[in-house]
Amino acid sequence: MRPVRLCAVSAALAAISLAAVSGCAEKADAGGEGAIKVTATDDSCEVSRKTFPAGHVQLAVENKGSKVTEVYVLYPDGRIVTERENIGAGTKAEVTAEIKAGDYEIACKPGMKGDGIRQKVEATGGGKPAKRDPKLDAAVSAYRDYVLEQAELTLPKAEKFAEAVKAGELEKAKKLYAPSRIGWERTEPVAESFGTLDPKVDLREDGLEDGQDPEKDWTGWHRLEKSLWKNKKITTTDKKLADQLVKDLTTWQEKVGKAEITPTSMANGAKELLDEVATGKVTGEEERYSHTDLVDFKANVEGAHKSYELLEPVAKKNDAALVKELDTQFAALDELLDTYREDDGKDADEYAFTSYDEVGKDERKKLSDGVNALAEPLSKLAAAVVK
Amino acid sequence: MTAEEESNSTGQSPEAGSPDVPEPAARQEREAAAEPDPEPRPRDGQAETVGTRSSVGRRALLGWGGAGLALGAVAAGGTATALHNDEADAGSASAGQAVPFHGAHQAGISTAVPDRLHFAAFDVTTEDRDELIQLLKDWTTAAARMTAGHAVGEGAFGPVPESPPDDTGEAAGLKPSRLTLTVGFGSSLFDKDRFGLAEQRPEALVDLPAFPGDKLEKARSGGDLCVQACADDPQVAVHAIRNLARIAFGKAAIRWSQLGFGKTSSTTPDAQTPRNMFGFKDGTRNVSGSDKKALDEHVWVAEKEGPAWLAGGSYLVARRIRMHIETWDRTSLKEQEDIFGRDKREGAPVGKAKEHDEPFLKAMLPTSHVRLAHPDAHNGARILRRGYSFTDGTDGLGRLDAGLFFLAYQRDVRRGFIPIQRSLARHDALNEYIQHVGSALFAIPPGVRDKDDWWGRELFS
Repeated sequence: MRPVRLCAVSAALAAISLAAVSGCAEKADAGGEGAIKVTATDDSCEVSRKTFPAGHVQLAVENKGSKVTEVYVLYPDGRIVTERENIGAGTKAEVTAEIKAGDYEIACKPGMKGDGIRQKVEATGGGKPAKRDPKLDAAVSAYRDYVLEQAELTLPKAEKFAEAVKAGELEKAKKLYAPSRIGWERTEPVAESFGTLDPKVDLREDGLEDGQDPEKDWTGWHRLEKSLWKNKKITTTDKKLADQLVKDLTTWQEKVGKAEITPTSMANGAKELLDEVATGKVTGEEERYSHTDLVDFKANVEGAHKSYELLEPVAKKNDAALVKELDTQFAALDELLDTYREDDGKDADEYAFTSYDEVGKDERKKLSDGVNALAEPLSKLAAAVVK
Repeated sequence: MTAEEESNSTGQSPEAGSPDVPEPAARQEREAAAEPDPEPRPRDGQAETVGTRSSVGRRALLGWGGAGLALGAVAAGGTATALHNDEADAGSASAGQAVPFHGAHQAGISTAVPDRLHFAAFDVTTEDRDELIQLLKDWTTAAARMTAGHAVGEGAFGPVPESPPDDTGEAAGLKPSRLTLTVGFGSSLFDKDRFGLAEQRPEALVDLPAFPGDKLEKARSGGDLCVQACADDPQVAVHAIRNLARIAFGKAAIRWSQLGFGKTSSTTPDAQTPRNMFGFKDGTRNVSGSDKKALDEHVWVAEKEGPAWLAGGSYLVARRIRMHIETWDRTSLKEQEDIFGRDKREGAPVGKAKEHDEPFLKAMLPTSHVRLAHPDAHNGARILRRGYSFTDGTDGLGRLDAGLFFLAYQRDVRRGFIPIQRSLARHDALNEYIQHVGSALFAIPPGVRDKDDWWGRELFS
């Protein structure tokens, strides 16, 4: 029979059960003796105690700096336990959370930007802390940064796209459409984990449920795609929807910090990106009006590659043959995709590809074979990571 | 299926069911190669459960299949089944039985024809000879397991929850179902600058000529490799192709594939000849799987013919023949019978009473199918037919996309299929109702001898 294995997944699952309470203090005695004092300045983040008992934990934050700051309690893999934003210069705030035993970091972000200034802390007692693998925590943390980076890259592009729509500039909007999707397509599995967000921004018309009215209930990129390419007309509703898209993408960006990301979900996310390609892009269904499927295709593969790249050191130790095969197949698919590339390749985050309606049946089969060749070994990455 | 055919087909080896044609030498080949445990049992999902014996099917001892088999086994005196010498096991041999994978010839040619087919042609996508060899080895390992009724790799429910299972699982719990897997090599595999096989290309692995009336689709023709999966249970056949395709990802990709739902020929001539989609019995005089002399003369490539790696192998022609079902169905019975040269009810040749009566060719129309296809019209050339009826839904115009997936094994296509088809394509009255839309020719290597052997070893070594 199979041996029972303790793996990173179980550690991450244990973490889910931890209920985090964020925001203002909820108890009258907040800031009292039990609280951990966090003193933030423009270049420091002091905590009064680095070890404290697990359970109900209170942070009494004081911003002694000149910039508005934020305070976070973070898991070792970078996921947010709790946070407090907008703590003005010279003001105080309280943060409370239920914290299980284990290692954490408290971060102050003067100016509300960047990684912040961090302090390692430990919650003690209350049962054994879940075992964690620092290498995998680092991979998850780096991946979360990547997703954030992609969200930050996407927002201004989406705003430009939205502005063109609102200005009624049809041709300009068409040009800005596909590039605005790249960051999203690279990291889609994370956005999908937020439930309602993905259907709001990336739903295709046939994804509407019975009883939903396309006119009222269909929002996001693909509705605008249909207006731009099929109807060739920008309506008043479209202009509102453009604003809504930017709003929804802002929500996406805000949620990334708290996203449940585990090494397994990263590996499976990479496979899911290839699944997206296999079921939506290779068939030309995703971008049925704009035919920009190959842009999404490329972004999906890049996003999958990023996850893989971060997990590769761990996977290599457990399954060197798999890593070799993945390297080969990623390279082969990249090479194949590049034959359809139509820009000069100088901008890593903006590319143009042959319109998919010009890609013939035989060529599509080759792309499909390439996807199968990569996705099959990729489906074994999760097991190689948690071995 | 009749009791007679049952007895032949479940006897593990073509020789089993032919008491009146004893061929000790041929029998011993298979005997030596026979799997030690051919008893049918539900497929395991998990490798660990491989040894589990099943009581399922033992009642079959009381049925026709059991009785027929027992006779066949006794008469043959020593086949894989008889090796067991276990009444209960022999009796459980219904259509679910395992066919030995190892042997001098590949199974799936002269062995009994089960009713279901999944045939797939592959393009080799890797350019690395070693990877291709590894693929053939991996396929051999998987095929040996699947034909014995076992799951691939570590089973359908493992090895770990984080990874997809090695086996896709839909055949778990099903019997071996007489699954045979037969591999072939297309001429493109021997192209220069591919795998260094140009020198090994058999002379008889020609490019088939264009026949009048052909309307071949590229996407249904050719292929570097082929796998023919025959089984009693369609799910077992599809499972086999699906898992081999999965193992091949990154090294080979399916180019086209074809399902067949009913056999149109049998290698057990005493059995009822199956009817094709035109409603006729065709292939009455097929090469029998128990007729060693005919097999050696018409099917197996002899050692002296060369190339050496193909000795004991064969050539396979695969043609997807679309039938214009609706227009055929509007044709009068008389015309239908004239076209075939047989009566529809019995299958008897024109002017004769019984299906197996010797046809008098001159009594038939010169354009009749039987007359044109008869060995007498081709210097005695015979082919072993193993075709299947197919219906792939409808064609978008409300017509059945149906026909015959023609499979024929032979020693040399230049003496077999090519002259026969040349004559048929020019003159056959049936041409008004059929169209060849897919075509491929494969060299079929000899059998995998034992557990250390693998498909194509002779070619690549």
